Amino acid sequence: MNIAVTPPVDKPGSNQRPAMYYYDHFDRDFVQERVAEFRNQVERRLSGALSEDEFRPHRLMNGLYLQLHAYMLRVAVPYGTVSSDQMRQLALIADKWDKGYGHFTTRQNIQFNWPQLKDVPDILQALADVEMHAIQTSGNCIRNVTADHFAGAAADELEDPRPTAELIRQWSTNHPEYTYLPRKFKLALTGSTADRAAVMLHDIGLRIVKNPEGDIGYTVIVGGGLGRTPMVGKLVKDFLPRADLLAYLAAILSVYNRYGRRDNKYKARIKILVHETGLEAFKAEVEAEYAAMDRSGTNADPAELARIAAYFASPVFETVDAGDLEVHKAAHPDFARFVDTNVAPHKANGYAIVTASIKPYGGVPGDVTSAQMRLLAAVADQYSCREMRISHEQNVIFPHVKQSDLFALWQMLKTDDLATANAGLITDIIACPGMDYCALATARSIPIAQEISKLFANEERQKLIGKLGIKISGCINACGHHHIAAIGILGLEKSGKESYQITLGGDPTFSASIGERLGPGLDAEEVPHVIDSLVNIYLQQRQGDELFIDTYRRVGQAPFKPALEREVEDGSDI
Amino acid sequence: MALISEGKFIPDIWHHAAPEAAIADHTILPLERIAEATGAFGVLLPNDAEIAAIKPFLGTVSVIAINFPAFTDGRGFSLARLVRRAGFTGELRAFGNVLPDQYAAILACGFDTVEISPERAARQPEANWTAALGGRDHAYQRGYHTKVSILNRRRAAK
Ligand code: SF4
Repeated sequence: MNIAVTPPVDKPGSNQRPAMYYYDHFDRDFVQERVAEFRNQVERRLSGALSEDEFRPHRLMNGLYLQLHAYMLRVAVPYGTVSSDQMRQLALIADKWDKGYGHFTTRQNIQFNWPQLKDVPDILQALADVEMHAIQTSGNCIRNVTADHFAGAAADELEDPRPTAELIRQWSTNHPEYTYLPRKFKLALTGSTADRAAVMLHDIGLRIVKNPEGDIGYTVIVGGGLGRTPMVGKLVKDFLPRADLLAYLAAILSVYNRYGRRDNKYKARIKILVHETGLEAFKAEVEAEYAAMDRSGTNADPAELARIAAYFASPVFETVDAGDLEVHKAAHPDFARFVDTNVAPHKANGYAIVTASIKPYGGVPGDVTSAQMRLLAAVADQYSCREMRISHEQNVIFPHVKQSDLFALWQMLKTDDLATANAGLITDIIACPGMDYCALATARSIPIAQEISKLFANEERQKLIGKLGIKISGCINACGHHHIAAIGILGLEKSGKESYQITLGGDPTFSASIGERLGPGLDAEEVPHVIDSLVNIYLQQRQGDELFIDTYRRVGQAPFKPALEREVEDGSDI
Repeated sequence: MALISEGKFIPDIWHHAAPEAAIADHTILPLERIAEATGAFGVLLPNDAEIAAIKPFLGTVSVIAINFPAFTDGRGFSLARLVRRAGFTGELRAFGNVLPDQYAAILACGFDTVEISPERAARQPEANWTAALGGRDHAYQRGYHTKVSILNRRRAAK
């Protein structure tokens, strides 16, 4: 498989190749160097020359975790963008070295749960062959940068955030100063007026904005995060001129690297530093470092960002109308439902953005078989400029689809259970791996998601409920992002038994808020019914087409309490 | 202790101050004993030292060693950059727990030498450091002492 040869500038926007970044020989040499290095480290581990302790940091820097049953390899999908050729290579990896499937994560990556250590160097080579890698998908370093999954396609976008994200990806790769940080460090970007990247909830969130003079720059948010101590990020810079981005990021990282806590790993994220230092004092530290540093010696040239941006030049969109879209919708109510929920407005007339659901009713959220990967790739080849996105909701996005192709695309997706009409609805559940895979889990999360998904499978009822996010984590590390769900579920362990806490009122967007605990923990069997009661209370309370979060903010938690109390009083008839 | 320079173990004319003992020439002192310095002297900095603390003797100190209490503690990398930025042109040492795998980053941040314990030197012999010096040519950052800055190369290619 070789997609690496086409230079980016031959025919920008010609639709001959996906509009995404391609490696030049520096990038290729760099990744190849890393594959060779890791192959050597694995050989030394297998021969016993390296102890597990000594091997650990090396494998983590290459995305290899030791889980409950086996190694897990987390492959980086930079800002979620993946070509159809890359997706087919992921399918090949799943078949050849795993059990025929993979798992899309909440950070737009893909994980393989069953690789053998001896095979990992070959897997990394297979990834390098299609310009992919697993570098810095774990460890206390700057992790894979995430971005709006509708980037470059959304109707509400000021600028495609991916060129900036790629610039940051390169700058943060193997950084000599910032690779042994107090803790992991995550960045997210958006270039839209709507926040689909949760920029308020990352170590650094960047929003592309235009100032009154018409210049493009960044609003910088620092210190958001989930985990044990969830916090909404704070504004540290209203408008950062575009050319100064890397210097400013370096100033933040420098302050964090020097002053972030290292005495307690649960207090080591930058959010705690910002919180304990105080926002104004933290800002002053960053500004002092920014003023003292050699900014021009740190920043990339504007020409470098322009070089990267050229790769992302928009495909050439044709002048098209919606064709028979309305006719098909009228004839097929299930297709009409799919269009209602899984299709979003595109910046070009006659086009649409489509979400393929990786959340079939009763399925495992984010799990995808190799056959499904190949089908997704085929759909992208045929209908979406050979390109896809992994969303942090663990779905797959086709960014550039002609509206007149929607019906054919839907039929194709349906053949392998990828057309569930539930994007953004109550069954579009995010769940971490939990007890089924994760060594840190205190409870199961996947089976809970499956039960809730089955309970709400009726599509008319889902439509009535409308947009409502449920997110489930299997321990307080909160990888399932339960804090920012309208309804969050946290699985804990209490006297040897799984116990589930419900939180309400989380919001992942610019108006971010952390969900509040509803009451005491529940047994696993009680969870779906309590969710059902909560939804019924919401339906009674809501005014017009108010979202759950708005109802909750208006009426408060009190009206929702009875959902729990009923369970306590007459738990026997559940 | 073993001293590494340019991928080779080399003899060390410096020694560390022993507790209580009088200070001789060519001694690396802990920061709190800097007043006792005599002749050519060095200083061992904890990795959370502030630049203000070394300003008074920046012009006279010959060696600055920065302590790495654990290889996972990256504060020393930032401190090294700041020490260089403050104008220090003498020998800058990474002292303590660092791995050959970190050698490229150590040099990139402005260190000249690495000083490790005999135990570590036995486990990570000279060949590891020599090999580490040869690996990893390419870096995406500017402003560090890396062999090849990809950004600068790309600019030059235009
Ligand atoms: S939230 Fe806990 S159980 Fe779930 S993936 Fe993260 S660490 Fe594992």
